[in-house]
Amino acid sequence: MAEMAASGESPEILFWVGCAGSFDDRYKAVTQAFVKILNKVGVSFAVLGPEEACTGDPARRAGNEFLFQMQAVANIQVMNGYNVKKVVTACPHCFNTIKNEYPALGGDYEVIHHSQFLQQLINEGKVALKGGGEFKGKKITFHDSCYLGRANDVYEAPREVIKALDVELVEMKRCRTKGLCCGAGGAQMFKEPEEGKRDINIERTEEALSTGASAIAVGCPFCLTMMTDGVKNKDREHDVKVYDLAEMIAKDMGI
Amino acid sequence: MSILPQIAFLLIFALAGFFLYKRVSFLKRNIMLGKGETRNDQPEERWKTMLLVALGQKKMFKRIIPAFLHLLIYVAFVIINLEVLEFIIDGITGSHRIFAPFLGSFYGVAMNIFEFLAIAVLVSCVAFLIRRNVMKVERFNKPEMKGWPAMDANLILVIEIILMFAILTMNATDQILATRGVEGYTLLNGLFFSDMIQPLFLSMSDSALVVVERSAWWFHIVGILAFAIYVTYSKHLHIFLAFPNTWYTNLKPKGEIQNMPEVTKEVNMMLGMPVEGGDEAPAEIGRFGAKDVNDLSWVNIMNAYSCTECGRCTSECPANLTGKKLSPRKIMMDVRDRAEEVGKSIDLGGPGLEDGKSLLGDYITKEEINACTSCNACVEACPVNIDPLSIIIQMRRYVAMEESGTPAQWNAMFQNMETSFSPWKFAPTDRFNWADQLKNEEVK
Repeated sequence: MAEMAASGESPEILFWVGCAGSFDDRYKAVTQAFVKILNKVGVSFAVLGPEEACTGDPARRAGNEFLFQMQAVANIQVMNGYNVKKVVTACPHCFNTIKNEYPALGGDYEVIHHSQFLQQLINEGKVALKGGGEFKGKKITFHDSCYLGRANDVYEAPREVIKALDVELVEMKRCRTKGLCCGAGGAQMFKEPEEGKRDINIERTEEALSTGASAIAVGCPFCLTMMTDGVKNKDREHDVKVYDLAEMIAKDMGI
Repeated sequence: MSILPQIAFLLIFALAGFFLYKRVSFLKRNIMLGKGETRNDQPEERWKTMLLVALGQKKMFKRIIPAFLHLLIYVAFVIINLEVLEFIIDGITGSHRIFAPFLGSFYGVAMNIFEFLAIAVLVSCVAFLIRRNVMKVERFNKPEMKGWPAMDANLILVIEIILMFAILTMNATDQILATRGVEGYTLLNGLFFSDMIQPLFLSMSDSALVVVERSAWWFHIVGILAFAIYVTYSKHLHIFLAFPNTWYTNLKPKGEIQNMPEVTKEVNMMLGMPVEGGDEAPAEIGRFGAKDVNDLSWVNIMNAYSCTECGRCTSECPANLTGKKLSPRKIMMDVRDRAEEVGKSIDLGGPGLEDGKSLLGDYITKEEINACTSCNACVEACPVNIDPLSIIIQMRRYVAMEESGTPAQWNAMFQNMETSFSPWKFAPTDRFNWADQLKNEEVK
């Protein structure tokens, strides 16, 4: 972003990479896949790089409002400084926070999740899907992220993206408004669960596996981690893969 | 004819009215223990939500069988209460079935409809008793339901069954008397359901029948008045509070957590940014987050009084489903019980909020609130739009900002965020490293 601003360019979108997309080895692949798609389509975009900081979502949800607002105000200063208008992110938590919680602190942007952006690209014909890729005809199930679904009523965009791959989308019993959390929301990602009978991601993974799907599609870095761990726990990593939507599209495009 | 019954009726009616007024004032004061919050925006959307969710029962229908049975009781309650109007006028004026002459043959039709609804209520209440006590539907048998809550639910169902029997008994004996031409009784052209139980009473003398008929009449009307008062002590308050509760629904996206402007002010001052209303330090901020009911918003407490303990929230809570202690229903019940305790104490001249107890600690534990994934399943599931998540977050704020009592792993996460602007301990300068691989690929 700094480079583009220095040369007087103003990119169409700011791609908000997020902490998982920057540091988590597995999710870095998603960031790369999404960037490849953007480059291929020729979208003018920028990233903040080292100027980006955590949105503060886990701090706010763990109760530390001071820390949340410190992060938020700093991010808003940076984004407003670059005159950012439109933000795209592959993380539903960043999406929710920037879209719904930054306006109260002076950050007003058009914010969309990458599933919505991908759906737009597909609808506009900008993403040319081969349709005959490795997913063709396969059974795929989609796990609704709480912060995309219930929190922001985005249920159809990710499903439209999956359907565009010419696959058989199979739904879990608890889907859409009734979707079961992967167990990582509300800052649970950053601590061990409380004592109980079992872990939430195991409960959810069992449900996903029971659909007979050969791949579980997600649109959230935390869900990706939780579902991948769940599949490993069930010793099914050899025949059931967990993918982010952007990875599936990039694979189908052959990039 | 003696006017004693009329005087007795008026006395009972006035007494019931007085008690109801006292109870409603008590509840209102308890709700107002909460902090002020204005939620009057988008009135059109609010009326629409109330019509759909409270009046239209929209969210009940996510579970079709209980929704249908509940709808029967709900419709019956609303319609049979039209008859109560007649009961009250009859009671005051000493008349009997005062609407009958005005409505002509339609009166008989109306009575048949009421009887049909009474039977529907009977069947539904029996079905609900079976679901609770025989089938033992899981959500009705969670730990927080032991004791009074289970008893409360069963009592309501039994009272409703008895009240419906009173209507049928009254109609049956009333029509036998009318058929025998006893003065003051109006013959209606057949009542489908109560006619079926007439044989039970046919052997009785006229005077005995009058006693049964009058007893049933008194039992029904006094029963309804007593029930109205009972409701104010019970989870059954939802029959009234569902309406304001849905009107005051949070209309913002569910994922949005309310901002704390008092924190914004401090943060802006720390960062040397302009602060609204001058840059002097705020006089007394009070408490960050919620430790007791008076730290919550009045809407949170109204939510608690609107809860009918159906447990749909708990049955969809991922934490509860996997055996954690958190139950969103229990959170609501605890808020209500604490508000009741504080209210009672104030009325008795006691210490009220200063009784050495608090919502967080004595009712709700940290273990419960820490288990929440903020997934909003409970909020989505609630048939009357109660928001347990809002209360959980406010209590987490108290623990984090007033007690510094968050779990160690969260404290570590906070520290990472403070020092490296990420919940994980990575160098901020490495944020762009993911692009290296892409650049390499491009070079190749």
